[in-house]
Amino acid sequence: MSEKKNWPLWEIFIRSKNGLNHKHVGSLHAADAEMAIENARDVYTRRMEGVSIWVVESEHITASSPNQSESLFDPANDKVYRHPTFYNLPDEVKHM
Amino acid sequence: MKAPTDYAHLEDQFQARIDAEEKIEPKDWMPDKYRKTLIRQISQHAHSEIVGMLPEGNWITRAPSLRRKVALLAKVQDEAGHGLYLYGAAETLGAERDDLLDELHTGNAKYSSIFNYPTLSWADIGAIGWLVDGAAIMNQVPLCRCSYGPYARAMVRVCKEESFHQRQGYEIMLTLARGTEAQKKMAQDALNRWWWPSLMMFGPNDAASKHTAQSMAWKIKRFTNDELRQRFVDITAPQAEFLGLTIPDEHLKYNEETGHYDFGPINWDEFWQVVSGEGPCNRQRLKARRRAHEEGQWVRDAALAHAEKRRQRQAAKNNQKVA
Repeated sequence: MSEKKNWPLWEIFIRSKNGLNHKHVGSLHAADAEMAIENARDVYTRRMEGVSIWVVESEHITASSPNQSESLFDPANDKVYRHPTFYNLPDEVKHM
Repeated sequence: MKAPTDYAHLEDQFQARIDAEEKIEPKDWMPDKYRKTLIRQISQHAHSEIVGMLPEGNWITRAPSLRRKVALLAKVQDEAGHGLYLYGAAETLGAERDDLLDELHTGNAKYSSIFNYPTLSWADIGAIGWLVDGAAIMNQVPLCRCSYGPYARAMVRVCKEESFHQRQGYEIMLTLARGTEAQKKMAQDALNRWWWPSLMMFGPNDAASKHTAQSMAWKIKRFTNDELRQRFVDITAPQAEFLGLTIPDEHLKYNEETGHYDFGPINWDEFWQVVSGEGPCNRQRLKARRRAHEEGQWVRDAALAHAEKRRQRQAAKNNQKVA
């Protein structure tokens, strides 16, 4: 038997049609990038769900941690002045 | 190491998030038991999809027309895809694909016991699509709202695809039921053999189901086994009637008072026997799985070796450029 060595994990991103972003759809195992694209075609686009595929080895993704979410995302909570509804305008003013 | 009180506090917070219908994502804190329960359930579900290819694959070469053959091929390919979505979801919890497959191949992990029954005639393909996929859909639709994000997302894809499976099965049954006497008999025989195992797919009665209460509290499960089974019977009985076929249960009767169908007792001895490995095809299914895995080993190794060789060649080329 061969030593236990596995195909690496890849994250798959699909553009469902031109004009839209590539979106994460899931993951799969493949020996290399080319095979990851071929497998992604079979696994994630059997019903014309995509026109373009990105694959990236999972270990190359750096993700923020849920523990950081306060320091990363909370500061925006008290900045309501970044939203249009913060500003009071009379009803007579149109198209704004 | 966290103090026990911290753990209890984290668990309370976790349950509060679940109660608020928040989804849990892979890197979020979760109780070990939640993680273990999910790995067990998702991997069993994945194994069921993969083993489920075997009884149907049996009929691909003998499908009665090209139309039926392409449909069955597409269905079996879908089952492979569903298995892969689900293994992927289990891996987000830290499970390794190889360990999950080992568990299956050594017989430690379970898969749906329905796939341990043989497919004796073409009508079985119709009955499987109609009843087995029908029962699976009944189980899977609520899982689209499961508290664990990756599992829920995988189930959305699965459910979208399963509805074709059920319709192609019912169409096969309809064609046979409206065919010759012999064809109708074949359809009835398939219904006779698949009906009870399909009801068993929902698992033990609520009183005997050891995981149900906790899984409901964690919103992994949304309905109990008996609730889903009843819903399946209510929906399926009129479909059988439309086919002009008879469900093999003398107690099956619509109950005006409850608005549901009453049905007879399930043979749980048979269920536990099949679960414990003594069904008609358990050994055959596992043997086929193991053989496919072992005989594919050299392909997996060769693909890795090839990828490594190309990587080295590319690296050498890049070095040349630098020099």
